[in-house]
Amino acid sequence: MMLEMHTQLRQSRKNNSLQNLVLYIVRRFTLFVGSLVAASALVFLLLRILPGDLAQAKLGIDASPDALMQTRSEFGLDDPLILQFLKWLSHASRGDLGVSMLTGVNITQEIVSKATVTLPLIGLASALALIFAIPLGMYSALNFRQRKGITISAVSQLGIAIPTFWVGVILVTIFSVKFQIFPSGGFPDAGWSSWSSCLESLVLPATTLALGQGAMLMRFARSATIDVIQQEYFRTARATGLTRGQALQIHGMRNSLLPVVSVLGMQIATLIVGAIIVEHVFALPGIGQMLLQDVSIRDYTKVQGTVAATTAAVFFVSFLIDAILGLLNPKSRASQ
Amino acid sequence: MNQNRNLFFGICLVAFSSTMALLSVFWTPYDPLEINPDVSLAKPSWAHLLGTDVLGRDVLSNLLAGSRTTLITAFLVVIITMSLGVTTGIGAALSPRWFNRTAIYSIDIVLALPAVLFAIVLAAIRGPSTLTAVIAISIATSAAVAQVTRREVAVVLNSDFVLAAKACNSNKLKIVQKHIVPNIRASLFIQASGAAAIAILAESTLSYLGLGTTPPAPSWGRMLASSQQYLLIDPVVALWPGLAIIITVLGFNLLGDGVREALDPTLRKSKS
Repeated sequence: MMLEMHTQLRQSRKNNSLQNLVLYIVRRFTLFVGSLVAASALVFLLLRILPGDLAQAKLGIDASPDALMQTRSEFGLDDPLILQFLKWLSHASRGDLGVSMLTGVNITQEIVSKATVTLPLIGLASALALIFAIPLGMYSALNFRQRKGITISAVSQLGIAIPTFWVGVILVTIFSVKFQIFPSGGFPDAGWSSWSSCLESLVLPATTLALGQGAMLMRFARSATIDVIQQEYFRTARATGLTRGQALQIHGMRNSLLPVVSVLGMQIATLIVGAIIVEHVFALPGIGQMLLQDVSIRDYTKVQGTVAATTAAVFFVSFLIDAILGLLNPKSRASQ
Repeated sequence: MNQNRNLFFGICLVAFSSTMALLSVFWTPYDPLEINPDVSLAKPSWAHLLGTDVLGRDVLSNLLAGSRTTLITAFLVVIITMSLGVTTGIGAALSPRWFNRTAIYSIDIVLALPAVLFAIVLAAIRGPSTLTAVIAISIATSAAVAQVTRREVAVVLNSDFVLAAKACNSNKLKIVQKHIVPNIRASLFIQASGAAAIAILAESTLSYLGLGTTPPAPSWGRMLASSQQYLLIDPVVALWPGLAIIITVLGFNLLGDGVREALDPTLRKSKS
């Protein structure tokens, strides 16, 4: 009888927690879609209202009124703004960002082809940052009173103060100008079919991007680990005869990694901005470089498409991280 | 000093860069904009302490003048951020539940938008300028400040002394003035120095990309961009503006950390 009640209770608790999880993820997803629509509306408004007449911008000041009229109707600029936005949104949600008004290229195709440079860059940089930052952060936390721990933490403090582009310039000076080990910039025209030279040209950019990110991650890993070390369960684990490292590995790691995972979600925005800068420093033909060029020639439709796509990527990753956090940590679901 | 190294170094570094900026208002070794082709890319010497750039402009003078641009940007960003962020944060915490909710979501959305990306869009519309950079950076940082402020105010509002004040029939304004602001003041200071650090990094980044401060106003970011073209001939010129940025940003970061430690005794022992 008792046992039965116990299992029942357990079962209902389990169902309850699953229900919670689904509810949590659905809620997060709604938030993701909502914020995406809001953000693209903002970008749309900024880029459509402020710059003035897009048809004029395309054809120049001397354009005849007839030509202007024709361009306007061709691109649907006569419609009310809200209709224009809804049209754009419905196309965009199916992956069609339209064509550039200035050059006529297909924006989605352009972004996809440039992503073959940007995504590997971001992936490589995050991998580098994670591999170095988390062990170093934990190590410096375990030794936070000793000189080695303090030194590592001081270096990370320096790391977040260094501007990304400067790191890039310095790395180029050392490894391309002085020692000529890696190319100073550019990307093979052949793309990933010649993958070794592609990787070679991504080494310096990825390292540049990883340094700032790594320093930030390390600080979070360190302070999260210090929090864990001061918990009572950690002291108990030590009292059973485990060394600090063992106790951290067995009992502390999962707890100290949770805040690090949640920081990853916030950092994706900084990573993408960092990628824009790094692509500029190393002249990599990626999404960031394209965006900067479009801004300088005032290709508003393309800027809008690129910014919307980038924002969507940022929001999607932070949604994913939230969902993962919900899976890992029942507390973060309950608090919602 | 031994007890709070961060605060000590933070104050020193911030004081150093502020002094340099102030000094540049009255005196620089040369006119920062003076072009002198005879001494193009000169090595550091007594005449030009940090050498000259490709146009023969004195690097030290440009650094000094650049610090003015940088600190003015940081100052403006901090003022806008604090007034906007703190008002929103306190306002959201005090308002009815539905508005509070909306505010939280809107702040989340703005926070998720990459600030520099936003600045690039603004620069596309308005053309690059220091003001555009300031506006874009401020919007991003004030969202962060609003989030922290709202959270902290909510904690204070739940405390017993606020309940007591309410029982004594204090009005909302008085509660904010007498109970909330004194309790979040320290955190606000930390937020402000963090915003200054972010502003300096972001401004130099935007100027480096050609989307921030426009010529002829000297700026560290642009100095770096122009020196990058002459790396093969003289890599040292690229070193100085970077060091200047690091010193200033590090100063503000350490200042914030130091104040946090000074005011939170539990941190003092563990996380120095």
